[in-house]
Amino acid sequence: MQALSIRQLTKTYPNGQQALTGIDFSVEEGDFFALLGPNGAGKSTTIGIITSLVNKTSGQVTVFDTNIDDDFSRAKSYIGLVPQEFNCSIFEKCIDVLINQAGFYGVPYRIAKERAEFFLHKLDLWDKRNIIVRQLSGGMKRRLIIARALVHQPRLLILDEPTAGVDIEIRRMIWDFMREINQAGTTIILTTHYLEEAENLCRNIAIIDQGHLVENTSMRQLLDKLHIETFVLYLAQSISSPPKITNFNLRLIDDMTLEVDVAKEQPMNALFHELSTQSIKILSMRNKNNRLEELFLEMIHQPEESKEVLAAKQIESDEHA
Amino acid sequence: MLKLQTSNFIALFTIIRHELKRITRIWPQTFLPPVITMTLYFLIFGNLIGSRIGLMDGISYVTFIAPGLIIMSIITNAYSNVSASFFSIRFQRSVEELIVSPAASHVILLGYISGGILRGLLVGLGVTLIALFFTKLSIYNWPMLVVTVLLSSILFSLFGFTNALYAKKFDDIAIIPTFILTPLSYLGGVFYSIDLLPAFWYQISLFNPILYIVNAFRYSFLGVSDVNLLLALAMIFLITVGFFIFNLMLLNKGIGIRQ
Repeated sequence: MQALSIRQLTKTYPNGQQALTGIDFSVEEGDFFALLGPNGAGKSTTIGIITSLVNKTSGQVTVFDTNIDDDFSRAKSYIGLVPQEFNCSIFEKCIDVLINQAGFYGVPYRIAKERAEFFLHKLDLWDKRNIIVRQLSGGMKRRLIIARALVHQPRLLILDEPTAGVDIEIRRMIWDFMREINQAGTTIILTTHYLEEAENLCRNIAIIDQGHLVENTSMRQLLDKLHIETFVLYLAQSISSPPKITNFNLRLIDDMTLEVDVAKEQPMNALFHELSTQSIKILSMRNKNNRLEELFLEMIHQPEESKEVLAAKQIESDEHA
Repeated sequence: MLKLQTSNFIALFTIIRHELKRITRIWPQTFLPPVITMTLYFLIFGNLIGSRIGLMDGISYVTFIAPGLIIMSIITNAYSNVSASFFSIRFQRSVEELIVSPAASHVILLGYISGGILRGLLVGLGVTLIALFFTKLSIYNWPMLVVTVLLSSILFSLFGFTNALYAKKFDDIAIIPTFILTPLSYLGGVFYSIDLLPAFWYQISLFNPILYIVNAFRYSFLGVSDVNLLLALAMIFLITVGFFIFNLMLLNKGIGIRQ
């Protein structure tokens, strides 16, 4: 079953700004799906339409086989939303925020209280349960709105930049928790500016740019499109000039650091063998850039013409489908 | 279908519980000001000035003004509760908690109206207790009392809701009480019988909806009224139904809450 299906979705704001120009994509039940795009691409508008915060101009949105035009209440009962911007009442206690949210979804008080307590424990907010929201730190507020989105046990969880502005420890904690939720069967749609996050967590991906869908594929297939990766090599001893190795273009960044471009089909054994032969010891290495980041930048910096070709291809493939 | 209806009931009670908590949490803003203001009214207009005015419609002045002051507290507090509470959640964007939930628009509206009625009733009860320090009050017509209190607090909660939807800043929710509600209340026969007015002002007063509310409520205590009570109740009822539909339409369209 599809958790979400979007067909020819458009949105034009009253000021004439066309945020979405007829996008199509779907998310399978149980998927961990990344919805990426630069600022102003239309991601939040798409999420807003799915969750009824934004009125669509045209198109179809179906959540677990329920069309939002036919029964939006039912469709909304399946969804949990972690918004990009913090939107809790700052004068309420943390536990009340969760109990109330469950109540709005029709969860009886006793069950709502049990679930609120469970998620407060789970997200390490139990000690803060009776604190009013405005006294929480930024990271705690993020965790609170994640707990709030889960308290009615949604089948589809939409996370709009859930780790924005939180430190690495909390980010990792949130990642682990999201993986756990997904493994338990909840479908997750994630928007993020941390592409490492999307690469690590998501199995499928859609990229939106200026209201167009520019890519919709699996993460693996997308990463396969990357032809060249740049690696940074950290040396054990200093060298004065970059070594000459056939088929590899090595650059000296400083006397202890080398940079090398490696084609996707090119084995790296030869490189290490040659470096070893020249008595250059490698202590460690890393990807210079996040792989998804490379592709993302490539896609959203395509000239307008290429985007139109992509959009045409999308329409063509839909017609064939 | 049944599940969604049950969900809506739970959502409604959640909103009411939330509102009741808010009203009691900020009691220095919700209970204290009307109680102090009305005590001063009874003391100054009722006791000090009222004793010199004599009788109004054959009733002592302090007794004459008591029902008007009680209902004025009820309607202004019903109004203030809904306008302030709903604008506050719009301002903080926590209204999104409600919008993304499956709670139906009429449930949201009924929840906030209930909050307005609750605060109106609680404040009304407090002001009535104060009135009893200054005069004796007995109920002349219970059904009229209940219907008038409910209809008028619903109506003014609905006014407050409309105001909260259109308001852009906190100042906007103070404009209606300051420039419309208070003048209409003072000119709505709280402190005088409109029979005392010259013919022209008498006719003008008949266009003031608060006049009908005050008179219907006064009748339920004292058995006297300046206006046709059936007409008064019919008018309040029709305006209430009209405003309920209007607010529901605004909510369904997402005015003030959706992009």
